[in-house]
Amino acid sequence: LSYLIFFSFQQRIEIHKLRQGDNLILGFSIGGGIDQDPTQNPFSEDKTDKGIYVTRVTEGGPAEVAGLQIGDKIMQVNGWDMTMVTHDQARKRLTKRNEEVVRLLVTRQSLQKAVQQSMMS
Amino acid sequence: MSAAMDTESTYSGYSHYSGHSKKAHRQGSRDRHKSPRSKDGSRSEKSVTIQTPPAEPLLGNDASRAEEGQDDNWGETTTAITGTSEHSISQEDIARISKDLEDSVGLDCKRYLGLTVAAVLGLLVFLTPIAFILLPQILWRDDLEPCGTVCEGLFISVAFKLLILLIGTWALFFRQPKADLPRVFVFRALLLVLIFLFVFSYWLFYGVRILDSKDTNYQGIVQYAVSLVDALLFIHYLAIVLLELRQLQPMFTVKVVRSTDGESRYYSLGHLSIQRAALVVLENYYRDFTVYNPALLTASKSRAAKHMAGLKVYNVDGPGNNVSGQSRAMIAAAARRRDSSHNELYYEEADHERRVKKRRARLVVAVEEAFTHIKRLQAEEQQKAPGETMDPREAAQAIFPSMARALQKYLRTTRQQQYHSMESILQHLSFCITNNMTPKAFLERYLNPGPTLQYDKDRWFSKQWTLVSEEAVTSGLQDGTVFVLKCLDFSLVVNVKKIPFIKLSEEFIDPKSHKFVLRLQSETSV
Repeated sequence: LSYLIFFSFQQRIEIHKLRQGDNLILGFSIGGGIDQDPTQNPFSEDKTDKGIYVTRVTEGGPAEVAGLQIGDKIMQVNGWDMTMVTHDQARKRLTKRNEEVVRLLVTRQSLQKAVQQSMMS
Repeated sequence: MSAAMDTESTYSGYSHYSGHSKKAHRQGSRDRHKSPRSKDGSRSEKSVTIQTPPAEPLLGNDASRAEEGQDDNWGETTTAITGTSEHSISQEDIARISKDLEDSVGLDCKRYLGLTVAAVLGLLVFLTPIAFILLPQILWRDDLEPCGTVCEGLFISVAFKLLILLIGTWALFFRQPKADLPRVFVFRALLLVLIFLFVFSYWLFYGVRILDSKDTNYQGIVQYAVSLVDALLFIHYLAIVLLELRQLQPMFTVKVVRSTDGESRYYSLGHLSIQRAALVVLENYYRDFTVYNPALLTASKSRAAKHMAGLKVYNVDGPGNNVSGQSRAMIAAAARRRDSSHNELYYEEADHERRVKKRRARLVVAVEEAFTHIKRLQAEEQQKAPGETMDPREAAQAIFPSMARALQKYLRTTRQQQYHSMESILQHLSFCITNNMTPKAFLERYLNPGPTLQYDKDRWFSKQWTLVSEEAVTSGLQDGTVFVLKCLDFSLVVNVKKIPFIKLSEEFIDPKSHKFVLRLQSETSV
């Protein structure tokens, strides 16, 4: 017997920013925020969740290299809480000019196949 | 027999208000006789006849048929008989009643007798107040106290009130009845009884207290007469409310389904008895339902026949005539048989559709072309070309041949050919030409089957109706009442439903509370 289990787990991701001209980019896009409409978020399980979600990850960018995936919910950035921020505040915390590395705490939902142990034996 | 049925079908509304006292007495006795029958406890189906007026117009066709027999159309709300004019009759028309007696002498005799009695009694009730006032003057004039201005004022009021009563009765009750209904109306009978008792008690009081004792207070007597007239006016008001106003407010929705092809309509009715509801349904039937066309039903019948045909039952278990077993076996076998009749139906219908559309297109083109040949002359042009002008009939005859064939083919395809004779088509064509109608307006009558009223009475298939009901036909409509109106070829099944009680509540919205925000979902790349 095997089951499909749908669960979420937390992951720590460290992204090293890439310099492009005058800007430091991370290589992903965010959506969400307490000033936004949570019902239009395609990635959230609970449609009242106003957290910050990763909506796009550019290929080959620093975020993808670091293991960030589309649909991740960003809980913390360098220790700053991101669950109750506006969209613009989130953007600012991610794009601080004096930081080259951002350490994100993300929550990811995953589908895993679990095999019941007793039947195997 | 049919002639007899024909003649008893229409009658004047004359006896209504006029028939108070003695007629009510007669009516009362007839009521007592009829009521056990009409309200008997057994719920067996009662079959009674409603007759619509006959096809040919009646002799002296303005409402002079005597009513009686069934008082049912006492104060009936409508006025017209099909094919005849809407008059209310006046006193003079009674003389013409005798002209219209045909062979059904028995029933009509009763009716006419009743009508004359009713007329006489109506007159009597009308004259009662006048009698009350005049009798003391005649009998003991000298003993009466002189009564000056007050009495004269009262005389004027009596005169005008009687006039108003007369006009009101004439306006409301003297009407041509539309139909012949099977049973007496409860409300009318009650009102007649009420009026009879009322007038009787007034006469009783008058006779005992005033005539016998020769009361000298003339003013009191006149006031007594005035009170009688007032009470008569109030009874008139009661009659209006009970007979006319009560059924105006819609309480029931009635669904009428024709049994042969399932065509259905909904109507709203108020508090009516079953027979009057049946009457309303029938009146609307002639206007709303498309005409019954037996030619359209042959296809489904032949399909049904083919379905059960071709199955034979052989009894292999020996002798014994198990009929029900046989028929059940047949039905089961027929159901299991994989016949392709649905296929046939589909292709047949598609084919028919195509054919009809083709013929219709040809017809429309032919008629349009025909109409282009006709031009209406203006007044001054008429003088210039005297020799060639035609009247509408001739113009119709001139252009008819060019469209006749297409029209006939179309009518044959849609199986309407019996409904339109060449004469009727020519008539319609000249009518359309006279009234400047376009080809489409001319064709409207032929392209779609219309209501029954549009066609000739011989084609109606539905002139005599029978009301089949499990409850007494004088009982009122209830939620869930079902009754059937049968005529020879088909029947109308009527199902009554109550209009639901509507609970309406209000909600106030302050116009200042209409405020909006933007719902954003921005995406920022970092």
